[in-house]
Amino acid sequence: MFNYKTKEKLIGLFFSTTGIMTLLILIGIFAFLFVTGIHTFSEITPTDFFLGEQWNPAAYGEPSWGILSLIIGTLMMAFGSLVMAIPMGLAGAIYLSEIAGTKTRELLKPAIEMIAGIPSVVLGLIGILFLSPLISQVFGLSHGLNALTSSVIVGIMVLPTIISISEDVLTSLPNEFREASLALGATKWQMIRMTLFPAALSGIVAAIMLGLGRAIGETMVVLMVAGNAMAMPTSFFDPVRPMTANIAIEIKEVVTGSLHYEALFAIGLVLFVMTFIVNFISDIIIENRARKYKW
Amino acid sequence: MREKIKIEFKNTGFWYGSKQILFGVNLKIYPKKITALIGPSGCGKSTLIRCVNRMNDLIPIAKIDGRIIYNNEDIYGKNADIIELRKKIGMVFQKPNPFPMSIFDNVAYGLRIQNMKDKNIIKQIVRSSLEKADLWTEVKDCLNCSAFGLSGGQQQRLCIARALANDPDVILMDEPCSSLDPIATAKIEVLLKKIKREKTIIIVTHNMQQAKRISDYSCYLLNGKIIEYSKTEKMFINPRNKLTKDYLDGMFG
Amino acid sequence: MVSEHSKQKIYFVFFQSTMILSVAILLFVLIFIFYGGAGVVNLNFLVNMWSHREITQGGIFPAIFGTFLLAVGVSVVSIPLGICTAIYLNEYAKENLLTRTIKLAIRNLAGVPSIVYGIFGLAFFALFLKLGGSLIAASLTLGCMTLPWIITASEESLKAVPNSFREGSYALGATKWQTIKTNVLPHSFSGIMTGAILGLSRAMGETAPIIMVGATFFIAHLPSSPFDKFMAMPYHLYILATQHSSPYAREYALGTALVLVALIFMLNLGVFALRYNLRKKKAW
Repeated sequence: MFNYKTKEKLIGLFFSTTGIMTLLILIGIFAFLFVTGIHTFSEITPTDFFLGEQWNPAAYGEPSWGILSLIIGTLMMAFGSLVMAIPMGLAGAIYLSEIAGTKTRELLKPAIEMIAGIPSVVLGLIGILFLSPLISQVFGLSHGLNALTSSVIVGIMVLPTIISISEDVLTSLPNEFREASLALGATKWQMIRMTLFPAALSGIVAAIMLGLGRAIGETMVVLMVAGNAMAMPTSFFDPVRPMTANIAIEIKEVVTGSLHYEALFAIGLVLFVMTFIVNFISDIIIENRARKYKW
Repeated sequence: MREKIKIEFKNTGFWYGSKQILFGVNLKIYPKKITALIGPSGCGKSTLIRCVNRMNDLIPIAKIDGRIIYNNEDIYGKNADIIELRKKIGMVFQKPNPFPMSIFDNVAYGLRIQNMKDKNIIKQIVRSSLEKADLWTEVKDCLNCSAFGLSGGQQQRLCIARALANDPDVILMDEPCSSLDPIATAKIEVLLKKIKREKTIIIVTHNMQQAKRISDYSCYLLNGKIIEYSKTEKMFINPRNKLTKDYLDGMFG
Repeated sequence: MVSEHSKQKIYFVFFQSTMILSVAILLFVLIFIFYGGAGVVNLNFLVNMWSHREITQGGIFPAIFGTFLLAVGVSVVSIPLGICTAIYLNEYAKENLLTRTIKLAIRNLAGVPSIVYGIFGLAFFALFLKLGGSLIAASLTLGCMTLPWIITASEESLKAVPNSFREGSYALGATKWQTIKTNVLPHSFSGIMTGAILGLSRAMGETAPIIMVGATFFIAHLPSSPFDKFMAMPYHLYILATQHSSPYAREYALGTALVLVALIFMLNLGVFALRYNLRKKKAW
């Protein structure tokens, strides 16, 4: 039988070891990605890689390694989804936090979370079976697998993120703000627009950033409905191939350790850095707000 | 006359990081008496009693020097056992902090963490502790109810019962009545006078009338230094120090 | 000149209709899947082996089973590690800049795209550790992906336990572990479980990473060891939707989606129930 001091020490040691081990695993993941991906740049210059418009690694003789069209594909799709999700998300958040009654809210919030629970592959399926035929018909296109269709579906995916974070931000505003504004004779909408919205703005930006992070990283939906053509897109009716889809399509066909393989890891690294930065900014904003609004 | 002193602070200093909170405190606490620590907010009263059961150890940047002698041993000495110390020196906090368990389990908590298994003994001790804390008659029909259902005053008496269940030698109280109404406060004060027959009590209070009503000794702290320490009636009727007099007269604080 | 009141009315009606639209999208997705897929979902569909030649002859049992095994694998990898790490970070690690940075980094890892974990799994577990495309490689990959989610959720529930419970316990002479065991974990348990179940339900719907580490559209037998390839519902419906030539593929894809969504929603409902219970019980 140990005395309690030894026992405590052992338990503390157990948690520290597991904790530190897990942290090392997580660090290891990104060290591994980094080492594999960064190797690309010993053979492809960063300028060719980031600014080259042609991605054609399999071309006989003279392969090209430019990911600009892939980046633009990602950005177009992310932008399109936010154009749809920001107004809808904010309206939803304002409705939930300021207008809906308690009962309605209790019912709607789980429903919004349910949307977040739908696997992306299922939404992709809806995109293929329903939305892309619809879009091709409405706009008279030969097929509906393009940036627009994927933007709409990804927009639906990021909607719950934007709604629930913005709603949290609005609800956490002190009631004094509301009372002070109403007591001056403002209507409820004036109160929302002139008092709550400015106070919540940074938090709402954070919510949008988080949504952006999700949109950039979405793979299945774009793989299924974005069309995946390699050419540089010129409009939302063109098929696009975002970075995530490109990795998913090509990774199983490349030779392990080849330059192509490494270049796909480099794209993975780009994705990682982009999402990490976006999430980081959003996290900092939310932390700062939490400190500011702790009464 | 060594045995007549329960706890002795010897030149105790205390720092949070680089900020010094206590300066060379020398203080003797007498057994089976109530000693009140009074002084304006931020003068180091709470810090001082938290040194006694080493609660300050939980703060990583805290640093202490000097000695605190309890039962002839330095509680910060090399061989000191914090767990044993905290069993002997109970504490009641500023805000009642019952655990989210039943009333019974709250009082039995200290016994269970000492691995007491015998259900009958636990029952007995829970009952006697609740009786000592003047709470038994109010809760005896609902020992399995959540402790959060009790009023603030009842919750605080439950916390006292919880501390008593460990059969401590000393009880530290950190402004135990500051969140209670006058009636609940009066009940606690009656209770403390009863408990002092068996235990030594150190109480931090910002309420001078309370210190006057219940304590045997009073200690006036200002900016981390002891300004005056004497028998309560003496201090309140005839303070030696001008600073103490100003404080008692309500000049500041 | 429009009065403030009519303006307010117009805006509020707009907000309300947006909300109705969001819920309508959810309902539409559910009804679409149900309408298109319910026709093929019957007992045979749920319990039969997949028939490769004539898809109407078989069922998706191996895919359901594969997803189930994957869920078990992911739980084994990430739940204990995640909870222990959260306990370490919140209860044992010194509260300093390093710890705060680590917590921040972990929260951000939770937002890293699943495909990034996928290529890592392929390169590290499948190729470097030579596990190949297998159940264990997929479990480890998805396990790594869910770890940050579970750590973050658990850490948040541990942080929500008021410090006064810890202090009260220490003051009664409890040791650190006694305090954690009797006065911290019990009060954060529901929250930790909620996070774990949500993480798991998300992992079950993930498709991109498992494409790379062992999910396959068809194998004739159920996986018999962790080193076997496996079928999984999300991957199954992806192939049916995009690469299958059978005229019934659409219906079967929707049927598979229906089963998958039903499963995930059941887990989600469990979470809502747990959370509701927690909120009712929570008195501090």
